[in-house]
Amino acid sequence: MNPAFRRFRGTERYLTNDALEAAVNCALVLERPLLVKGEPGTGKTLLAEAIAHGLGLPLRAWNVKSTTRAQDGLYVYDTVQRLYDSRFGDGDVKDIRRYIHYGPLGLAFQAPGREVLLIDEVDKADLEFPNDLLHELDRMRFRVTETGDEVVARERPVVVITSNNEKELPDAFLRRCVFHFIDFPDRELMRRIVQVHHPDVDRALVDQSLAVFYELRDMTRLRKRPSTSELIDWIAVLRKAEVTSVKLERELPFLGALLKKEQDLVAYADQLAGGRKYRA
Amino acid sequence: MFLPFLYELRARKVPVGAQEAIALARALECGLHESSLEGFYQVARALLIHSEAHLDDFDLAFLSHFRGVAIEAKKITEELLSWLKDPKAMKALSDEEKAMLEALDPESLQKLFEERLRTQTERHDGGNRWIGTGGTSPFGRGGFHPTGMSVGGGGGRSAVKSADARSYKAYRADLVLDVRQVEVALRKLRGFVREGAHSELDLEGTIDATARNGGELEVVVRPPRRPDTRVLLMMDVGGSMDPFAQQVSQLFSAAKRSTHWKELRTYYFHNCVYGRVYRTEGFRDPLPLPDLFRQCDARYKLVLVGDALMAPYELLAAGGGDELPTAGIHWLQQLRAHFPRSVWLNPERPSDWRGNTIEVVKGVFPMYHLTVEGLGEAVTELTRRR
Repeated sequence: MNPAFRRFRGTERYLTNDALEAAVNCALVLERPLLVKGEPGTGKTLLAEAIAHGLGLPLRAWNVKSTTRAQDGLYVYDTVQRLYDSRFGDGDVKDIRRYIHYGPLGLAFQAPGREVLLIDEVDKADLEFPNDLLHELDRMRFRVTETGDEVVARERPVVVITSNNEKELPDAFLRRCVFHFIDFPDRELMRRIVQVHHPDVDRALVDQSLAVFYELRDMTRLRKRPSTSELIDWIAVLRKAEVTSVKLERELPFLGALLKKEQDLVAYADQLAGGRKYRA
Repeated sequence: MFLPFLYELRARKVPVGAQEAIALARALECGLHESSLEGFYQVARALLIHSEAHLDDFDLAFLSHFRGVAIEAKKITEELLSWLKDPKAMKALSDEEKAMLEALDPESLQKLFEERLRTQTERHDGGNRWIGTGGTSPFGRGGFHPTGMSVGGGGGRSAVKSADARSYKAYRADLVLDVRQVEVALRKLRGFVREGAHSELDLEGTIDATARNGGELEVVVRPPRRPDTRVLLMMDVGGSMDPFAQQVSQLFSAAKRSTHWKELRTYYFHNCVYGRVYRTEGFRDPLPLPDLFRQCDARYKLVLVGDALMAPYELLAAGGGDELPTAGIHWLQQLRAHFPRSVWLNPERPSDWRGNTIEVVKGVFPMYHLTVEGLGEAVTELTRRR
């Protein structure tokens, strides 16, 4: 083991804490995937960018969708194209390799240097998706069955996996990951985060908007509570509109930037109007 | 050294095993914890815990295991702990002797401790200066000092403040339901079938057919995969269910939002099902059970939500809550017989399920607590292969 590995310490634009750094460094040293969970908008995806930036490695992103299969990450064998070519006599149909297209994982394995591979929103895909990747992430190699070629990672990529908790992930998969749950930032950290994004904003406005923001988050009846990215957007809008002071009231300027659901807007109005008792 | 801690975690139903132990050992070998307890806390948490639902258990286990290790983020050598493991019995102290031990405030005590920790090189027992056992030094174990500090067992101060704060309590799986968590749990109920119009290209089939056709392209299509889960949700409303209104409404909105079901029907009842269920909360628009049985076959999964608490006659006597000459329990048995895949979710605590009507209802339906954990178990029961 290499004691002098490069530790991750966060970047100028991405603030971390001890727990997050410990998790990232564990993943780096043990060469295991880092699984990041947390409320939407707490910067899970940005973490991968920050790690890539902090370690000076290129970032490769694989955005998982509901239709994504594990195989797509390794390679896709374009049978239809080959069938087509054989029928119309285009190209060298005998060379199967021409019809093998590598996916993000396959490309990261074959990259000349170490890369940061982001597997974004892994929970969007089918339940079996993470299980299908177990072996490949563990051994960092796979075989292209059509050609018999084996693809082995030259340098094990730093794998960062994010999950929004839409589905539970299989135990076998979890066991192989280093886990970190991004806490919702407290007021102090949030102030620093806002400062990173809006360095020249008026301090009084930040104080007021933070107060409103945390009060909103405390409203238990909201279906979707506003998160960091919504706060950042909201402050950006406030600045553009040259609003200089906000406080929690019925006509909060640009409330739509914070609350995105109709029921939440109703609940908000309700609460400020004295809050009718909750009825089933 | 950390193995007992792993067993402590296992005792709290946190799934840790050999794989986690090896990973943690490797991380410690690499010095990731920077030789501090705080660092160990962070590293161990990242490697041993795989779900936010277990973070609170981790904090609790950490607190109970490392209780008394009152120094934060300072080197604690294994050697020191082993000296302290078997405390030497202490000689009795007279009151004068006790008075002689000066009172120290925590800050200077901590400073002193760190200093001693640096300079101490061997085991000490029965002394009054070094960290040891059975002595009157301010530091050590099994000894006496009015304002002293306990190391490695006994004592009440926590090792790591963050563990003490227990900030992950809200994520415990056995505690609360929130709409999102309920959705996640319900999602496991889904199942798919291929039916309907042939509108999807079957690639494998196409290749196969084309090969059989001597290379002439032959396109094969098939119906797309569609969700095939039908769910009946019946809820007890009013009366003793009022305190649980919020929980039930969360379950309800999560079920309504789930788009991966073929069909979701919701009905209401009060206390117990008697001959009919209602389509609205206000008990208007009744649907007699025989009609329901005609409309829905055994493929439907039935979820009943209620506290199952009522006066015994309401459940067991014929015509208890209704004019119909059939006891409530009889209707429940009919429901169970018609829908083999059925569960009862109860918001009351499982410890209160004995010696009342809940026990009787539990004899008819598999009953689960209305929490994320209970819901998960209920879903497993519903999807079990028969």
